[in-house]
Amino acid sequence: MTEAQLIRRVVKPVIWLAGLTPLGYQVWAFLTGHLEAEPVKGMEHFTGRTALVILFITLAITPLRRVTRRNSLIKLRRLLGLFAFFYGLVHFTIFLVFDLELSFGDLAHEVMKRPYITVGFSVLLLLSVLAATSPQFMVRKLGKRWQSLHRIIYLAAAGGVLHFLWAQKKDIRLPLIYAAVLAGLLLFRLIPLRVFAPPARPARTPAGVR
Amino acid sequence: MLIRRPSDIPSSDITPESLYWSRRDWLASLGLGLAGGLGLPGLWGAQDQLKPDSWDIITGYNNFYEFGTGKDDPKANAHTLRPRPWSIAVEGEVKRPAVYSVDDIFKGLTPQERIYRHRCVEAWSMVAPWFGYPLRDVIKRLEPGSKAKYVEFVTLLDPVQMPGQRRSVLDWPYVEGLRMDEAMHPLTLLTVGIYGKPIPNQNGAPVRLTVPWKYGFKSIKSIVKIRFVEQQPHNTWAIAAPDEYGFYANVNPNVDHPRWSQAKERPLGQLFKKPTLMFNGYGDQVASLYAGMDLRANF
Repeated sequence: MTEAQLIRRVVKPVIWLAGLTPLGYQVWAFLTGHLEAEPVKGMEHFTGRTALVILFITLAITPLRRVTRRNSLIKLRRLLGLFAFFYGLVHFTIFLVFDLELSFGDLAHEVMKRPYITVGFSVLLLLSVLAATSPQFMVRKLGKRWQSLHRIIYLAAAGGVLHFLWAQKKDIRLPLIYAAVLAGLLLFRLIPLRVFAPPARPARTPAGVR
Repeated sequence: MLIRRPSDIPSSDITPESLYWSRRDWLASLGLGLAGGLGLPGLWGAQDQLKPDSWDIITGYNNFYEFGTGKDDPKANAHTLRPRPWSIAVEGEVKRPAVYSVDDIFKGLTPQERIYRHRCVEAWSMVAPWFGYPLRDVIKRLEPGSKAKYVEFVTLLDPVQMPGQRRSVLDWPYVEGLRMDEAMHPLTLLTVGIYGKPIPNQNGAPVRLTVPWKYGFKSIKSIVKIRFVEQQPHNTWAIAAPDEYGFYANVNPNVDHPRWSQAKERPLGQLFKKPTLMFNGYGDQVASLYAGMDLRANF
């Protein structure tokens, strides 16, 4: 199996399965009464954290690619990013259905009035733009601009962590851990590319000599 | 010394929840109801809507940062608390300042059951069958002086028994306070039980306050000190975030928390919210305490 085949036939199906597992767990918990005493808060926290974690995994692809020098890893980035967006969307939908009871007037009010919701909603909009411009034909259509556009994933990730931090009552340990992970992922990108360049190969031994 | 802990109480002394309910049905069938026996007509509001949540809900979902900041932390961690022997220091503007044992301070008083709505400032709510003594009965026997305008309460400070106090997530010990007329209100309870059983550690053993028309954080747990004072006491959450939590903390659907609406609440275990009632539904009994006050400024 070539590396491309390995990714298509093994790695991507594994990502699909792993990516759908948190959703499956929530549906199971919902249907069998295994949610916590505040079920909606529990679902919101779970899906929100899942979205952030998958966003971090998406942002880890570039560092991983540089360290391992396996460029084919780039093929996983879009799928992971779409899963992050999907959980963000589920997170928002739970809020819209159970907290706002589908009132878009209330949504506008909350987005305008409460900074952590302003930030969270903005992140969802940013991720929607990224998701909408993720198909191949959009990549081709946007050409060079695609790359600059998709740098807003950094902003979305930072906004997601801020939203998480601001939503806390008092104990901010977990959001701070998330912030540290994100900082690590972003700081990695400051390391000059030449650090990851393949080492100079030793001069090849002349043919015929072993 | 023999220390009786809740776990040492023979199971024969404990009313199972199912039996509790069947007794209740039996009482109802005799037409006694709950309110009649307690001489507090009108207290229970729409009584048939006030069905208490289960023991597991009430004792498994708690804000008690002394045992951790997660809602299930207190149940998991509160076994380190020793609710007996327990003493309560009575101090300040009072005729009988002393250190009382928790059993002596209630000696001779009649405990009562009160089914109250409980509304957390975080916009969740439950209904609990508390068991305790009206605070006013205790205050009367302590005889506060004329300078006693407020009552301050203090929770135990002991990071060994309360491991959550090893982190400075709040200023320890937890403190709370009531105006004297709030403390003397017949609804205000010093709670020692739930469902007729001794109150579990995670709910504030051996004695906690229950002030049903105020947000839950006013109902301070595991009290070791009651002080009668002239000036308005500090309270822990108002110290922690003065723009978010006030001294009065009356349940008020019209005054939002800066970060979320207080207009609705989610009963534990339910998916959808229901409207929050002014003074948590106890307005006909307590609204007069705040006549003429700006409840938006005094949130």
